[in-house]
Amino acid sequence: MEKGFDVLDHTADIGIIAHGTDIKQVFSNAALALFSLITELGSIEEKLDLSLRVRSEDREGLLVEWLNELIYVFDARHVLVRRCDIENLTDTQLKATCHGENFDPTKHKLKRGIKAATYHMLKLDKDDHGYRAQVILDI
Amino acid sequence: MARWQGQLIEVDEYRWRIPQDYKTGMRVPGLIYASQEMLESMREEQTPEQVANVAFLPGIVGYSLAMPDIHWGYGFPIGGVAATTIKDGVVSPGGVGYDINCGVRLLRTDLSEAEVRPKIDELVCQLFANVPSGLGSEGKIKVSEKEMHRLMLEGAQWAVKRGLGNEEDLDVTEERGCLAGADPGKISDRAIKRGTPQAGTLGSGNHFLEVQVVKEIFDSRVADTLGITEIGQVLVLIHTGSRGFGHQVCTDHLRVMERVTSKYGIDLPDRQLACAPIESPEGRDYLAAMACAANYAWTNRQCIAHWVRESFSHVFGRSPERLGMRQVYDVAHNIAKIEEHTVDGQRVKVCVHRKGATRSFPAGHKDVPECYREVGQPVLVPGDMGRRSFVAVGTQKAMSESFGSTCHGAGRVLSRGAAKRSIKGADVIRELRDRGIVVKTGSVFDLAEEASQAYKDVSEVIDVVHQAGISTKIAMAVPMGVVKG
Repeated sequence: MEKGFDVLDHTADIGIIAHGTDIKQVFSNAALALFSLITELGSIEEKLDLSLRVRSEDREGLLVEWLNELIYVFDARHVLVRRCDIENLTDTQLKATCHGENFDPTKHKLKRGIKAATYHMLKLDKDDHGYRAQVILDI
Repeated sequence: MARWQGQLIEVDEYRWRIPQDYKTGMRVPGLIYASQEMLESMREEQTPEQVANVAFLPGIVGYSLAMPDIHWGYGFPIGGVAATTIKDGVVSPGGVGYDINCGVRLLRTDLSEAEVRPKIDELVCQLFANVPSGLGSEGKIKVSEKEMHRLMLEGAQWAVKRGLGNEEDLDVTEERGCLAGADPGKISDRAIKRGTPQAGTLGSGNHFLEVQVVKEIFDSRVADTLGITEIGQVLVLIHTGSRGFGHQVCTDHLRVMERVTSKYGIDLPDRQLACAPIESPEGRDYLAAMACAANYAWTNRQCIAHWVRESFSHVFGRSPERLGMRQVYDVAHNIAKIEEHTVDGQRVKVCVHRKGATRSFPAGHKDVPECYREVGQPVLVPGDMGRRSFVAVGTQKAMSESFGSTCHGAGRVLSRGAAKRSIKGADVIRELRDRGIVVKTGSVFDLAEEASQAYKDVSEVIDVVHQAGISTKIAMAVPMGVVKG
């Protein structure tokens, strides 16, 4: 696989497609796709760790919850994430440690705000390389 | 995306019906307001499919409606209107959207273009400095958590009590800037944490502040009543919503609805349409939380209007009163309201979801401010950054046909990615400057996403709703200065 994620273009909103050989990798790449839309991933250093836990009713829902958790982490706590270790993942629960740093306006150029991850056209399926997820974001 | 192949039956030149039997599960037909020319891009975008999906909502009455500025949204289309009965209908957070009570406020002035033009650079800089804007911006007003509770309950009045604006502003704000039924107990700590620092900020994306000049008046009697008296008069338009607070409220309650939709035996074609009966605990909780976010948005626009007046006063050396800076009106574009409408000859209480649509109440309606009761409720329709905006008024036809609703703006035609690939932010600034429009923005990056070319021409949108009779156009203004987050 060349790249862990792609950005999907829609008229009013933006979607992300995350790939992975396993589902953990899909979740991790989805997080990177999200932060790549907020700022240049290359500008984020790993200066702090953040432990996150998320629950949902099913696996697709868990992906939406996960991204909404990260949107909250940025919008309320001003933390940018560069890398995620998904430590534990079931269909309904996720535990991860995220590495990144506090937003610094002199260093990080913000591209756009993201309001939320939606359930619209939500997909998490097997493909030839492993797994593939699609999430539409409201921006 | 494949072109939408469904049937659109021509009702007349500006109305197109999606028959109820298009899809099994539709409870009402769909009705799209559009010109023949607009239909092709709607089909390309698959938006009629979303109009059909909304028709699945339990308790929906009349039609699943779509305004001419409709574009592809998540679940609900943007520009969609759906009314559900209180008795056996549902409320859907997706039918309001994440930016709860995103809306616009219009101020009028006694200033003329000739007076403002020489000072437009200074004025735009002053506005940019005085109104907190941009991604991650925090407000000048420091709100404690206790104050935040009051703000949620009182809405725009909270700001007026603190000297930010006056009682007359409230008279000409939808719901007087305070939607009843707000309950801070239904708001998560997360929403409070996300929203409190952002109170009194413009935000980013498609939100903006615009200094405009009146270019055309279509009905001078009505325009006079609204305080728009002559060509060349300067107006100010404020476009913003409930910021991260509203986004979190929507996220929180959508999560709950997602879980209970099946519990109530509701079958939907799209998870994002998640909903619960209006009279269920989940439905009531959402409406109580949504009212908090709506009130937050009104407070937001109230604060910003005050700083706009301050900025004008600073630049022109006269008080806002002497500059004639009265508020014309403030309307919500994303909201669900409990209203009474006539359905099949019966008066029924319904929950009108307006997602990217404006209330359009006629002359004589009790909810139209007294000062406008003879002309109808002002409808404010901003265009895109470089073109034009319209002021219209509500009509009886809207009342009888579209649950008192009309369009809200231009509607995107280019995706953000496509806009960015074909347009550069720096070019946008240069091009606007060549046309006499001064822009100040915190992010040149997302300027391209909001360029004119990314939007339908709002004139075409307003012509459709005017011809269809669901609002009457009154005046048109063009920008001369823009502040964007």
